[in-house]
Amino acid sequence: MMNKLKHRLLASSGFAASLIAIFAGLFVGFIILLITNPDQAVDGFVTILKGGFTGGAKGIGNIFYLATPIIMTGLSVGFAFKTGLFNIGASGQLIVGGYVAVLIGVLAPGLGSFHWVIALIGGMAAGALWAFIPGLLKALFNVHEVISSIMMNYIGMFMVNALVAETVFDSLRAQSLPVAQSAQMPTLGMDTLFKGSSVNAGIFVAILFVIVLYIILNKTTFGYELKACGFNKDASRYAGINAKRNIILSMTIAGAMAGVAGGLIYLAGSGKFIEIVDVLAMEGFTGISVALLASSNPIGVLFTGIFVSYITNGGFYMQLYDFVPEIIDIIISIIIYFSALALIVRHFFDRYALKSGLGDDDIPAPKVEPKRKRRIGLKNKEVDKDE
Amino acid sequence: MDYVIEMLNITKKFPGILANDNVSLQLKNGEIHALLGENGAGKSTLMSVLFGLYKPEEGVIKKNGKTIKIANPNDSNKYGIGMVHQHFKLVHNFTVLENIILGVESTKNGVLKMGEAKKRVVELSEKYHLSVNPDDLISDITVGQQQRVEILKMLYRDNEILIFDEPTAMLTPQEIIELMKIMRGLTKEGKSILFITHKLDEIKLVADRCTILRKGKYIDTIDVQSTTKEVMSELMVGRKVQLQVDKEPASPTDVVLNVKNLTVKTKRSKKNKLTNVSFEAKSGEIVCIAGIDGNGQKELVYALTGLSDVTQGTITLHGEDITKDTIRKRRVAGMSHIPEDRHKHGLILDYSLAYNLVLQRYFSKAFQKLGFLKHRSINTYSNELIEKFDIRSGQGRKTLVRSMSGGNQQKAILAREIDTDPEILVAVQPTRGLDVGAIEYIHKQLIRQRDEGKAILLISLELDEVLSVSDRVLVIYEGEIVADLDPTSTTEQELGLYMSGAKREAVS
Ligand SMILES: Nc1ncnc2c1ncn2[C@@H]1O[C@H](COP(=O)(O)OP(=O)(O)OP(=O)(O)O)[C@@H](O)[C@H]1O
Ligand SMILES: [Mg+2]
Repeated sequence: MMNKLKHRLLASSGFAASLIAIFAGLFVGFIILLITNPDQAVDGFVTILKGGFTGGAKGIGNIFYLATPIIMTGLSVGFAFKTGLFNIGASGQLIVGGYVAVLIGVLAPGLGSFHWVIALIGGMAAGALWAFIPGLLKALFNVHEVISSIMMNYIGMFMVNALVAETVFDSLRAQSLPVAQSAQMPTLGMDTLFKGSSVNAGIFVAILFVIVLYIILNKTTFGYELKACGFNKDASRYAGINAKRNIILSMTIAGAMAGVAGGLIYLAGSGKFIEIVDVLAMEGFTGISVALLASSNPIGVLFTGIFVSYITNGGFYMQLYDFVPEIIDIIISIIIYFSALALIVRHFFDRYALKSGLGDDDIPAPKVEPKRKRRIGLKNKEVDKDE
Repeated sequence: MDYVIEMLNITKKFPGILANDNVSLQLKNGEIHALLGENGAGKSTLMSVLFGLYKPEEGVIKKNGKTIKIANPNDSNKYGIGMVHQHFKLVHNFTVLENIILGVESTKNGVLKMGEAKKRVVELSEKYHLSVNPDDLISDITVGQQQRVEILKMLYRDNEILIFDEPTAMLTPQEIIELMKIMRGLTKEGKSILFITHKLDEIKLVADRCTILRKGKYIDTIDVQSTTKEVMSELMVGRKVQLQVDKEPASPTDVVLNVKNLTVKTKRSKKNKLTNVSFEAKSGEIVCIAGIDGNGQKELVYALTGLSDVTQGTITLHGEDITKDTIRKRRVAGMSHIPEDRHKHGLILDYSLAYNLVLQRYFSKAFQKLGFLKHRSINTYSNELIEKFDIRSGQGRKTLVRSMSGGNQQKAILAREIDTDPEILVAVQPTRGLDVGAIEYIHKQLIRQRDEGKAILLISLELDEVLSVSDRVLVIYEGEIVADLDPTSTTEQELGLYMSGAKREAVS
């Protein structure tokens, strides 16, 4: 089993390409460090590499904590990619999902120990609805999903700002009210294991969805159809696959994932609240890199999500050195985005793989000389006569 | 000896397969040299090696006796080698001119010198009778014209060794004659041509010599004039091939497909694409729709299979009206469809062979339970089909269809569509790109299907296929059926007259 898995991982050029891309990203990041702050570049870089480990148990816990939402948005973007759709709207879906989760978390304290589950499902439904709309527009009117989901990002953000102020507003701090204790994600004892970190059951929720999406994509007829549409629309139509239905479903599921991401962020009980600011949620965009880096494979998303979180955590500790926070952000983004060039690297990789083959054999030499030698006149060819 | 190009002892491996196994080929200056071999024999691979797309494990390439290194298409271009690929490589939303100069643009201060380039393209196209309009978009022109663009691309680069990979597979008989003349013209200008085709007639017509490959191995190089078609096909397949189709007369019974007053209009043009087309196809007969390409065949097939809507008229299958049914419903009711364009409609190139073989059945009980794919059944079923239809590839059912040879891709479609045991099989150019052995097999399959009481609607551009395989020929001209003929008493000349609209009969 283990062997088979290893073999598979190594056999896939996608995996190798992702690794190459990551190293390239790290390398470029290091160059930038050298340029901006040559004295401390090496120390700073080592800090990034040590990533979350710098903080010991707390750091490790925080890696998982920060990875949770970007795994979810990575799943969201990746799933849509598989159907040939670019869900750039994870940000809006996330915030809408987050809002509904908070709303349920604050206003329905009577739900007992299932409170957080219901709040999360509410967030999931809201995210799903937010992506359903661009899906519907695409299926019915062929409106490009990139345009409509960017618009839905802004509509979602402003709407949530207004709704928070109306419904769950903490006017002292100008942010959403804290959710009830019962609506917070359970910590499952991880708060003592990784003391000082905010890690919670959210990471297991994310892993659960990784598995669910993996099964949908690889084991079901639904996944077969979705990928078929993503690869070749015309052939899917020819095969009688209902592309419209699949576009809508794929977007809806993608939105649901982003909605869960929002729920997990604001139900974490880690002191994150919906602030009334005109900024789109970053996690939605990081999800794009995570998905690209993983070639949209759900299992890959789990690992790239953790990787991105690891690097980001490392960035936090760089403040120990003489780096302004903006530079740190830039470095981290460079590493992440450069890594996301994996797709292009992968392309080259595949071409190289095609050029070189495997195996060998002994072959008898053929005779090279033609049997008869005769030069044929061009004039008496039928083609010339054929007019 | 004046060989312009020599490829000596070339070996090229792909995962699971030796695509070229110590193959040698020598091209004389000014000759047309044909390359013949079964589907998957390694012809495209050998030419791709010469063009620098693949790097061989072993072997040398010489030009005018000197060893050269070709690592990529830029190198081959440097040595004057150009190639028209089996599946064209044009940018569809670019113009003809832009495609021709792509990669060798000349600029002045960073600005494209389009004027000069255009002048040269026009000159070239006049000189070699390759009429195209430089300002047309590729997506708007016919396949035949696209091919001329590919040829112009080579000429524009001053290539003198021209490789044509199955150039005639996509062309109409008229265009083929046209192309043969162009090729002759090119050799007169001193160019040397390597020409891949499965059609022995074409080899007989233009080629001087012919190299034959079988399963990746070099078999022989022959002189075309003094070798018969029978000998060539035997050398290539390794056994005697029956070039003539033999079959019993049909005994059609009840009507399977009934088309009544079918009319199709499109938004783009005012003229009808199809006007009042009516015909029947009975169980136990092969009905052929013959015609020059572009006379409504595509619209007819799309309407029948549900790929596009019908403006007027009805289509019934076994008495059931299916005019408004979805594609899936028609399928389940027993309609199979071998599409014209295998890359656009027929295959999902990035799926494995196994997944492609169940493309029409993955949702049936045999391959799915509660929405979960039964991979084990899919695998056994695809292994069966691969065996039965002799689909050759490097890694069997796991092979990505994209990496398979053109003819084997076609065989995969045929296997899938025939094996569903359809009530009516709509087969558009089913043997396009197949070798003579495979054609023989497919024709036998079609006839077997017929004898089992299926109805077959064959859409073909090739007159000899039309006359030898079908039991009834309907000629389509400008969207109308203009003749209903008995192939046993019709000559090619007569058929040609109907197809060109010079003659028509009253069809009930
Ligand atoms: N890029 C590739 N990767 C893996 N296998 C390949 C690749 N290209 C070709 N092959 C395999 O090599 C063999 C030879 O293929 P090739 O395309 O040269 O055949 P061909 O003689 O041109 O056939 P056809 O007449 O069907 O076009 C086939 O079995 C094919 O599956
Ligand atoms: Mg080929």
